[in-house]
This record gives sequence, structure tokens and C-alpha cells, in this order.
Amino acid sequence: MEIETLKTPKNDPEYSGAPEEKSKSPYQLALRRFMKNKLAVLGVITMIIILFMSISAPLWTDHDPEQTNTAMIERPPSDEHILGTNSSGQDNWARLLYGSRISLAVGFSTMFVTLVIGILFGSLAGYYGGKVDSILMRFTDLVLALPFLVFALTLMAILNNVSIPLFILILSILSWPNLTRIIRGSFLSLREQEFVIGAKSIGASNSRIIFRHMIPNTIGPIVVNATLMIAVVIIAEAGLSFIGMGINPPTPTWGNMLNEALSVRILRQHWYTWIPPGVAIFITVLAINFIGDGLRDAFDPKSNQR
Amino acid sequence: MATVEEKQTVQTDQETILKVEDLKKYFPIKGGILKRTVGNVKAVDGVTFDVKQGETLGIVGESGSGKSTLGRMILRLLEPTEGKVLFEDHDITHLSHKKMRPFRKEMQIVFQDPFASLNSKMSVEQLIEEPMIIQTDMGKKERKKRINYLLEKVGLRASDRLKYPHEFSGGQRQRISIARALANNPKFVIADEAVSALDVSIQAQVLNLMSDLQEDLGLTYLFISHDLSVVKHISDRVGVMYLGRLAEIAPKHAIYKEPLHPYTQALLSAIPDTDVDLEKEKVKLEGDLPSPSNPPSGCAFRTRCPMAHDKCAEVRPELQHMGDGHYVACHLYDEEQ
Repeated sequence: MEIETLKTPKNDPEYSGAPEEKSKSPYQLALRRFMKNKLAVLGVITMIIILFMSISAPLWTDHDPEQTNTAMIERPPSDEHILGTNSSGQDNWARLLYGSRISLAVGFSTMFVTLVIGILFGSLAGYYGGKVDSILMRFTDLVLALPFLVFALTLMAILNNVSIPLFILILSILSWPNLTRIIRGSFLSLREQEFVIGAKSIGASNSRIIFRHMIPNTIGPIVVNATLMIAVVIIAEAGLSFIGMGINPPTPTWGNMLNEALSVRILRQHWYTWIPPGVAIFITVLAINFIGDGLRDAFDPKSNQR
Repeated sequence: MATVEEKQTVQTDQETILKVEDLKKYFPIKGGILKRTVGNVKAVDGVTFDVKQGETLGIVGESGSGKSTLGRMILRLLEPTEGKVLFEDHDITHLSHKKMRPFRKEMQIVFQDPFASLNSKMSVEQLIEEPMIIQTDMGKKERKKRINYLLEKVGLRASDRLKYPHEFSGGQRQRISIARALANNPKFVIADEAVSALDVSIQAQVLNLMSDLQEDLGLTYLFISHDLSVVKHISDRVGVMYLGRLAEIAPKHAIYKEPLHPYTQALLSAIPDTDVDLEKEKVKLEGDLPSPSNPPSGCAFRTRCPMAHDKCAEVRPELQHMGDGHYVACHLYDEEQ
């Protein structure tokens, strides 16, 4: 009998009465809780399938998504074109597959850039406080005050013909404040915790305290919000491209495909042109949100006590 | 706890390891639209004492008396507003982060809350290893060896190395904290309410562990607590704090047998007694601790003191020597009245 592993329901969320054989790290425990969440696992499986289809796009179609064909305009689904063709004679199925690459790449890249800015600004503001905090947070407020759609539209209009990296940059510039605020908030409360003061007392450097002690303890909110941000960005891309202010045709994106539905005739008669990208966006965003919720419950079991 | 034999040694002519001179910490109160300083919370208001090599100095006081602030200032976890901290005759009050680092090897702290003081994302091994990584150039093997040694020393097993804090009870976590504090073989350890969050039975275990470690490793303790019996158990000398000031400081037996300051007398008479036949004269204190942002003039204790007189409102009493290392800050003992 090991006295050291005595557990009570109070200090162990995974308490089941059975003695634990192998010691689990907090991350392993979180993973275990995540795997118990059926919707979240379904979300992960869906995302894996979507990512796989996206990467292996050439395996599923022989058509070039950007190849126009004046002889094959607005054809209904057939053996040759599974989802028909659009008003430029491009193959809808090929555009759906290749479009997922751009839509997902925009989502993930924006999340990544936002994460870097958010961690940098948020941790600096939250850790040092005082003037650093005031300056960074007023700047954050400034960006938050910009109306997303209007600002994005204006930038797109001025810059004209926006390349994909530039598009990602614009979305990132408009998206980082939220994550920054979340990270700053949890840093502010962590700063006063005894384990952080304890790290100072052993002479740990500021960067060590930030990276080894504070970020691991705020990883939950960071991961959850970063995940949900992918979904938000995918929708933003679709929205902007839908009104023709996103990534320029002929590059296929899900938003660009929806753009066809601006024509009432296509909206009414050619469902095969706009329903598939709509469903693709819907499923992807839903899957990401399930994953995000699953992560939230996994990292913070108190948020969802069943 | 009376069963444990009490240390009778009264340290004389020992080397002073830590000297605190007129240490003050004022937290500004910001008010108004312009965030101007409208006042100060005088958390610690002029504390002077020294700690001798190898002894345990207990600091008692109620919540808000500034004991924890004092401990954190000594370790430079809070910047003192005024005063000096000397560690082994080095003035460390204004050292930069970098210059302070070697001293952090020698001075350590154990915190109150065993659930908040350990980073829950790090394993026991990582927790104890970290101070060594920061402060020494020990190799991986040496570090592992020392981790095992430390774990055994604090009453845990070497096999606990790979476990995480959430797998331990409060008392065991406090043992991990102690092992982490001792990782670099410090000379001086501050225990900031180190056993206050634990059950009484566990308290005794941890206190005994700390006493044993002190003997083995020649540690010097500054033991901060609100619990008089805990302080009595472990200390050689005891300082009583009230509203950021030291009211009385003396060897343990002197404080507990013949307290001089009315506040100390009141505190001691408030300890519950198990002997029903013993009729103790109780000194009852009226009212609450005054606000440290607006402490009473003169003696801080006069508003609650049963023996207060005119002089108490006018002159702030200084610590005066009453013989045998017994110091008290009270006008009742002024020579000419």
C-alpha cells in the first residue's frame, strides 16, 4: 500500500476509488478527458478526413481547379464533372478540394500569427504590468475598436489584388487583440500565485518564469481560443470572398465558390455550385468548435461537471 | 505538541546571518481620476531585528500584521520602501536581479498553500531539479542523485520522482516544497505560514521534519506564523508583530513565561487550554486591528491596550532591552515616568 498515492475526490478530478498504476501528467489527464468526449473525438476524425482530402486533392480529381472551359459552362453534375461546372466552366469538385487547401491554410496560418502576437504581447503586458501593460493594452483597445468588416473591406479595396500571405496578415492584424487580452488576463492572476513567486525566489530569469511556469499554466485558454479562432477565420475568409473582397479568383477558395451564388439564377437553379462549399464550411467550422469545446472541458474539468 | 522535547539552548555569541534594519513597506493607495497617491498602507513600518546562525526566529502576529510582507522583503520578492536587509554582512537591499541571484541560492522560502506553491504542470523531479539548473552547473547524473537524496531526506520516496503534485496530499506537497527549497543547500530558510494550511497531525510531522533538517544541515529559519503553539514548538526566539511593527522580541521561554507587552499577554491568554481546573486570567482585546493605512499615533496598540496612558498617544515606543535578550516596545517599561 502506497501512502504517497492516497487520493481524495477533492484533490483529484479523476478519482474513481481504484488505485492508479501509472502516474499521469496533467497533459495526459487532459488528453484522457478529451478522448472521453464523443463530439470532440468526432470533430477530430472529421478534421483528419478533411485535411487528408485536402492534402491528397490530386488523387480525387483530374481537373485543374483554375482551368476555364468556355465550352463547358454551368453544366449539371455528370460523370466527367461530379459537381458540375461553374459560370467560368471550372470543375466544382476540383475547386472544392483545392479550395479547402486555401481556406484551411488561411485559417491555420492566421491562428498561428495571432498566437505568436498574442503570447508575446499578452505575456509581456500581464507579466510586467505597469507602463508596459498600459501601453500594450491601449494599443490593443485601439485595434479592437476598428470595425472588422469595414476595416478589412477598406484594406482590400486600397491594396487591390491581395495575395494570400497579405490576406493572412490582414486577418491576423484584426484578430490578435482577443487572444492577447485572454493571455494577459490569466498572466495577471498567475503573477501573484505562490509558485510564480517561488520561481523568483530561486532566481529564475523572467523568460524562464514566463515560458516554464506561466505559459504551461495558461495553456488551456490559449489552445481553446486558438482552435476556435481557426473557425472564425475560415468564416471571415468565406464572408469576404463571398462579397468579392477576399482572395481573388481564379484561386479556388470556399468563399470564392460561394461568390457564384451572388447571382440569383445560380442560387435558384445551380445548387451544385454553391451548396457543397457551404456544407464544407459548415462541417469544418462545426468540427473545429466541437474540438474547441472538448479541449475546454479537458483542460478545465470544473467548467463542465456532469 | 508538548511531548516533543523543547530545545533549551539559548544561542549567545553566534554569528549573525541576517540583519534587518528599520525595514518599511508602504503600499501606495491611488485615488481620484489622476491616480495620485492619497495615502499609504503601512504594511511593515520600521522593523529591526537580527537572526543568528543556526537558530529559529519565530514571527507571530495576526492577519494583516505584515509578517508575510516582511518575509518577502527579506528575500527581495517585494521591494522595501525603506530600510536595509543585510545577509551575512552584505547589503542586499538594492541589488539588481543579476547580483541578487547568488544570494537566492543561500536564502529560500517555503510558502503557506501547498496547492498553489507548486507548479502543477511540473513533475516532482522537475520541481526539485529547477533550482539546481538555475544556480549550479551540476550534471544530469549529479542532479538526479541529489533529487533522490533530497526526497529521502524529506520523507518521500525516490520513486515519487516522476509523479505530479496533484497526486500528493497537502502534507506531502509541503515536503516537496521543502525539498525544492533545500535543493541548493541554502543557509537560511523562511517558512511563511508553512504549516498553517495543514491538519494538526500533519503539522506536527512537518514541524518535526523541519527541526530534524535544521539539525542535520545547520539551517537557520525565520518561521512566520499566526499560530502561537506552532511557533513555540519550533522557535528559539520569538518576535511578536502588531500592525507592521515589532511589539516584543525575546527568547522563547521568556516570551511564553513572562510576556512583557500587553499585546503579547493578551495573545498568550487567548490560547485555549486543555486543563479545565486551571483558572487563567484572560486579557480580552476589544475591537479589531486598526487599518494599516491610518495607524494610531504613538503606539500602534494603544487603541486596544488595557494599560494605555497619555504618553502612548504621543510617542512611538522603541524596542528597549529588558535584559537577557528580551526587547519590548512599550511605554510601561520606560525608566522614568
